[in-house]
Amino acid sequence: MKSRWRVLENKIFVKWLSIIAIVTMILLLIFFITLLVSSWPAIKANGFGILWRKTWDPVHNNYGMLPFLVGTLITSFLALLISAPFSIAAALFLGEYYPKGAIPNIFRNVIELLAAIPSVVYGFWGLYTLAPLVSKLELKMNLPAPGVGIFTASIVLSIMLIPYSVSLIRQVISMTPVSLKEAAYALGSTRAEVITKVIIPSNISGISAGFLLSLGRALGETMAITILIGNSPEMPHNIFSPSYTMASVIANEFTEAVGDVYLSTLIEVGLLLFVVTTIINLIGRIIIKKVSY
Amino acid sequence: MVWVLTFSCLAVVFIILFYLFKMGLGSLNWALFSQGPKPVGETGGGILNAIVGSLIVVVLATIIAIPIGISAGIYLAENRGRKLSDWVALAVDVLQGIPSIVIGVVIYIWIVKPTGKFSAYSGSIALAIMMLPPIIKNTEETLILIPTTLKEASLALGASYFRTTMKILLPAGIGGIFSGCIIGVARIAGEVAPLLFTAFGNPELIFDPRKPVDTIPKVIFTYASSPYDDWHRIAWGGSLILVLFIILLNTIIKIFESRWKVQF
Repeated sequence: MKSRWRVLENKIFVKWLSIIAIVTMILLLIFFITLLVSSWPAIKANGFGILWRKTWDPVHNNYGMLPFLVGTLITSFLALLISAPFSIAAALFLGEYYPKGAIPNIFRNVIELLAAIPSVVYGFWGLYTLAPLVSKLELKMNLPAPGVGIFTASIVLSIMLIPYSVSLIRQVISMTPVSLKEAAYALGSTRAEVITKVIIPSNISGISAGFLLSLGRALGETMAITILIGNSPEMPHNIFSPSYTMASVIANEFTEAVGDVYLSTLIEVGLLLFVVTTIINLIGRIIIKKVSY
Repeated sequence: MVWVLTFSCLAVVFIILFYLFKMGLGSLNWALFSQGPKPVGETGGGILNAIVGSLIVVVLATIIAIPIGISAGIYLAENRGRKLSDWVALAVDVLQGIPSIVIGVVIYIWIVKPTGKFSAYSGSIALAIMMLPPIIKNTEETLILIPTTLKEASLALGASYFRTTMKILLPAGIGGIFSGCIIGVARIAGEVAPLLFTAFGNPELIFDPRKPVDTIPKVIFTYASSPYDDWHRIAWGGSLILVLFIILLNTIIKIFESRWKVQF
């Protein structure tokens, strides 16, 4: 009797493991179907025009998400641009200059502290410290000076991306074959030359994948940006303008959305965000995997 | 050049933490931990309701995520090289990159809409999904380090696969698995986006996971965007508590990784 139960429990366990694995695998597909079904009324009502219409007017059921698309892309790319030199430098410092030892270990832990700070705290901090500074800068440039806007959001976002891209790029850089570097040194190259002519070119696909994954994270970042971007559903005039991102429009309007089409349209925005980040992550992960072997 | 840029990264960390401590330490007092929010206009009050709410949501999420995450991790470690495992591993990696707000929207459609009300447990489910990737990966990476001879010895003694996993594999890898779970908790402790339309928020002190609850990060978000100085003060206190909690978790992870590493 007991042994029969043991055989049974074993069978159940093996089945359970496979079921969990399969559910985990198709979870993304289930997400996609859920979002697609719920946003179907909006997709039918709005058509493809939603991608290039410029007015967002829920009161008259007139939806265009071009301002959010532009706001999201500008903010994310600007943040990536600002953080790139810092990320590469810190990754080189930790992966190439001092890969081992006590002090670099402390450095690594300090940079990882940036990942310990929640998004909403970044937003709050930016609102208190950075927004007044940006506001002063805007006054000097004779621009309207709300302090919040694409520029402020991008700076804070770039800080948030640093721990993420540093750890990805460091991983890639530390896998450069030693023989390659030694060959370059033996030919009389300086360290700067080894970095710019050997390490970075030979790892270019891995480094790009690191930035691609960071971009994916930037596109979906919500809370800090919702606090700092100014939440204005209009086309931005310059990088200081208040704007809106796809994630922050969902965060702000989802619970207040009255009417099926409005809610469904916000889910459509979420669907687009999901599809874009999934594709970016798929490509990034596949490249990183190829580079690692 | 590399030095300058690296040091400016470190400087940014210190600037943020310094500011956080400067603003946060001043607002830490007993009322913050022992009282709920006061009505608009009155000063004082605290975030007791949010602390309790955060605990409920995070503990529930952990309870949901741990068995599922560890099971998937075991599957990946035991079935390496199979096509299906590769796909599962890729899906886990991609899941890690899905914006948290999208997960919130999905859970809203799954649970909040059919039940017709916001609830703490719906927030927990959203957070549990976010916890899965670190738990799965840590379990997998720990279990593949355990020598096969250990497993074979157990199987040779007639123990079933289930018993071997429960009594040999998991205890041997408990350090790594546990640190994966803590990484998961650290990842979700500061999240607001998936809770905005699931756990929603609630100024009352609630112990019932079927009701909407406030969480510390949600309170920070609400108070940060308010015009009241006293609310900002409370938000700084909440931010400091939250960041210290996450740093504590990270320290525990570091200790676990150095002391309890699987070594044979």
